Amino acid sequence: MNEPSPSHSQDATVFLQIDNLTKKFGTFTALDKVSLDVYQGELICFLGPSGCGKTTFLRAIAGLDIQTSGTVIQAGEDISALPPSERDFGIVFQSYALFPNLTVEKNISFGLENEKTSRSDINHRVQELLEMVGLSDQGKKFPTQLSGGQQQRIALARALATSPGLLLLDEPLSALDAKVRGYLRHEMKALQRSLGVTTVMVTHDQEEALTMADRIVVMNDGVIEQVGTPTEIYREPGTLFVADFIGAMNQINGRTTGSNQVVVGETTFTTQKHDLEANIPVVVAIRPEDIVPVEEGESSPEDNILDMTVEDMEFLGSFWRVSMSNPLLGKALLNADMSVNAIQRLHIDIRTTITVELPVDRLCVFLAENE
Amino acid sequence: MSHTTTLPDTDTAPLIRPKTSRDDKIKAVFMAVIGLYLVITLALPLYAMLSKSFSTYSFDLSNFEFQVYKIDSWSEPVTALSLNQKLNVVTPAELSTSSDGRLGVTAFFPDFSFRSITRYKIRQINLDSSFLVGSERIADTEWHEFSSNDFRRVVLRPSSSTGLDNYKIYFSTPSLFKSIENSLFIAFVVMIITVSMAFGFAYALNRSTMRFKGVFRLIAMAPILVPSLLPGIALVYLFGNQGMIKGLLMGQSIYGPIGIIIGSIFFTFPHALIIISTALSISDGRLYEAAISLRASRWKTFWTVTIPAARYGLFSAAFVVFNLVITDFGLPKVIGGQYNMLAVDIYKQVIGQQNFEMGAVVSVVLLLPAMFAFSIDRYVQKKQVAQLSAQSVPYEPKPHKRFDLICLFYSLLVAVFIMGLIGVCQYAALIKFWPYDLSLGLSNYNFEVMDGGGWGSYFNSIKLAFFTAIAGTLMVFIGAYMVEKTNGLTTARSAFQFLAMMPMAVPGMVLGLAYIFFFNNPANPLNSIYATMGILVICTVTHFYTVSHLTAVTALKQMDREFESVASSLKQPFYKLLFKVTFPVCLPATLDISIYLFVNAMTTVSAVIFLYSPDTTLASIAVLNMDDAGDVAPAAAMGMMIFYTNVAARLIHIFITRKLMIKTQAWRVR
Repeated sequence: MNEPSPSHSQDATVFLQIDNLTKKFGTFTALDKVSLDVYQGELICFLGPSGCGKTTFLRAIAGLDIQTSGTVIQAGEDISALPPSERDFGIVFQSYALFPNLTVEKNISFGLENEKTSRSDINHRVQELLEMVGLSDQGKKFPTQLSGGQQQRIALARALATSPGLLLLDEPLSALDAKVRGYLRHEMKALQRSLGVTTVMVTHDQEEALTMADRIVVMNDGVIEQVGTPTEIYREPGTLFVADFIGAMNQINGRTTGSNQVVVGETTFTTQKHDLEANIPVVVAIRPEDIVPVEEGESSPEDNILDMTVEDMEFLGSFWRVSMSNPLLGKALLNADMSVNAIQRLHIDIRTTITVELPVDRLCVFLAENE
Repeated sequence: MSHTTTLPDTDTAPLIRPKTSRDDKIKAVFMAVIGLYLVITLALPLYAMLSKSFSTYSFDLSNFEFQVYKIDSWSEPVTALSLNQKLNVVTPAELSTSSDGRLGVTAFFPDFSFRSITRYKIRQINLDSSFLVGSERIADTEWHEFSSNDFRRVVLRPSSSTGLDNYKIYFSTPSLFKSIENSLFIAFVVMIITVSMAFGFAYALNRSTMRFKGVFRLIAMAPILVPSLLPGIALVYLFGNQGMIKGLLMGQSIYGPIGIIIGSIFFTFPHALIIISTALSISDGRLYEAAISLRASRWKTFWTVTIPAARYGLFSAAFVVFNLVITDFGLPKVIGGQYNMLAVDIYKQVIGQQNFEMGAVVSVVLLLPAMFAFSIDRYVQKKQVAQLSAQSVPYEPKPHKRFDLICLFYSLLVAVFIMGLIGVCQYAALIKFWPYDLSLGLSNYNFEVMDGGGWGSYFNSIKLAFFTAIAGTLMVFIGAYMVEKTNGLTTARSAFQFLAMMPMAVPGMVLGLAYIFFFNNPANPLNSIYATMGILVICTVTHFYTVSHLTAVTALKQMDREFESVASSLKQPFYKLLFKVTFPVCLPATLDISIYLFVNAMTTVSAVIFLYSPDTTLASIAVLNMDDAGDVAPAAAMGMMIFYTNVAARLIHIFITRKLMIKTQAWRVR
């Protein structure tokens, strides 16, 4: 899964090459032989539940907690064993770690001060960075006098001050409330794109990953489950874990019968090609929004048509989530997302029966776990 | 050698050996230096003391042989042992001695006369012992011949051995081991009384709406500012043989357990109060609202909400008080009379009888309960984690007329007790000659005419307090910073933590005695600091290291762990972060450490009592020595000088803290 994605606009030079990274804490393996290529200028997101190893991965790349084995090559240089101070990166932590007793300006200039740079150059650069994050008038304030979103932007400006080749973001938005978060996602992405700085971001928030990332690395239990663009991850989940973790997914247990067929209860579904042998326990998965109601009189396709009884309906604002059952499927309930329009047009209500289609190309098949 | 063609095992990738950054190397060096300081000033002296307690000295009579030239030939060699068996001139008790023991040889020859022409030979069978001729030490196995006149200058020296003999003697001497019982008894009684009293006071401060809380708080802290023996002096004036209100004791003597207990309550009270007050102040107000809504009585709420929430604080206070009392030396020295306590025994053995080995034994005996109380306290404190969640609501006491009045009355009683004792001291210091000339004057402040070193010792004390505060704060803060903010080196860091916790468990008397054994050893290259101001500073810094270290660590723990990561990602050295951010942010804690060290250096008696020299007498020790010499009024006067100095130091501390807060801590204001 290491090929550059089709949507990837930058030239496909590998900036960060991670090979067989393993990190152990005593007997616990936090990262298990993880390999990944990060391309020049992209924003890549490590996504996964807490404890999946994403932060460990980021800290290994930064050199803050160096891996047990495996190599990290940044811009052609092997940096596997180097301490953070000898690597080239800027970092923003979830807590921002702004120095509380220094003004915003002093915070930003902290990394700029050395014998070679003159005071006026530093001041100039600080102003530039403050403008870049849109906080030009806040320079004389102390961090505690700023809002959370402003603090986050100052932390970002400080991390970018020395123009590092790599920007690391550790849950940069999770300390903020939802509205500010939505706004800052957009701002940060725009800034990252305009600067073209290669960025690795860690998050547990799939929405954040889907909206910001060029590519997403989905992690679980110390391994990479899937690497891909947000659409790939969402539309073609590579594993059951990815399917389950990202977005909502109906899961029905069944058994394979042919190279593109699965039997569930007494019904046979035609699915995406799965190349599995016959009679293997599998999970058939489909997203609620991919289930299509079939209107009367419409020329119906041949495959995967079911009559379902509506058991429950949940109003979620822009759409309804309809829970449906069919004795042929056993006890499993299927959730379908339907527009307010469709609900009205088809007179769907609890206890009514509707005909739905499960489109062949949206039915994914995964090997069932624990069987 | 055969050629192996096995493929490389793909499962075992080569391990990465992280390169140590320059910062981490520097930090490790600093940590090692301060760790080494603690080893040299704490671990090694304690080891020297421990081994001293196991070394015994006795005259091994079987090792010495004599020959006497009579008429025309030398007699057959005869051992001192067989001579003694015949003559019984040296009792078995006299045979066991100290490292300084000397035994004249002429006692074995009843007809000895230094005018006689008889000649004597002496030799040792093996090299385990030695003998002296005058001051010349002879340690070989040759025969040495002496005239009668020279033979009387020959003295035997003891041979040393390692064993439990000292402990056997200790535990077979009732007057010595009775002190264990006495010390435990006093510590236990004071623990119960002080904790109850301090709990009541803390309860009044935190749970009532009585007036003058600030004043009461200040008064309750006053005992910290005086040496522990000062209440003893006040009690002598009140209840001593010519005491002002002696009749109140109804014939009981203040010299003994009663005096020790009352005085101990006085000086342990603020320590218990701080701990219990903190425990009470972090109670969750919501629990009380719940109790009210459940219609629980005040009494029931007290036992089901207040006490469980404060129990760790109560335990902790109890053990701290226990430890303070059992290790205190000054107070029982002044008012203990014939009632022996462990800490005083050490002093008596070492200073009174010059029996250093027995002093070491008592030290080890004292170390055990102190270490026990200390480890229990650490254990309890570890258990007390985050009782207060972010959602907790501080308890707001509501006015309750009767309850507030009881609280006020009780607090007033405690305040009168504390200020009364200090006031009596001040009064005693100003009276010309109690109880015959009650006119007031400053004659008692004329320390030059008294024992104890005069005003010089007062200025020595200030010097000591000043150096201790500066050197100690610097060392403690740097040590705490390195141990908190260094990456990796887990083993070294926990070793350092252990060393830093140790001083708390070591009583001052034990530390001081251990210093004699270690630094006064001529073979020690550090011997030159013995009997200087330097050793007093080192001893005091080490003695009070733990609390200072914990204060610094707590302050450092409140700093974001990622500051160091950010600085290294920005390629800035750690010391820039230290000077620009960490140190300024921790400044209030640093000032707290320095005032803590200053005040304690002014009042400490126990550790330095063994270490001062005629040039480095101290005020606190002058109080002790003047009291010992019967100059009780000047002792009180000197004690009050310490009190006023500490009050002034506190005021300056508050002033500086305020100033610095305004200047460097502007960011704290939102």
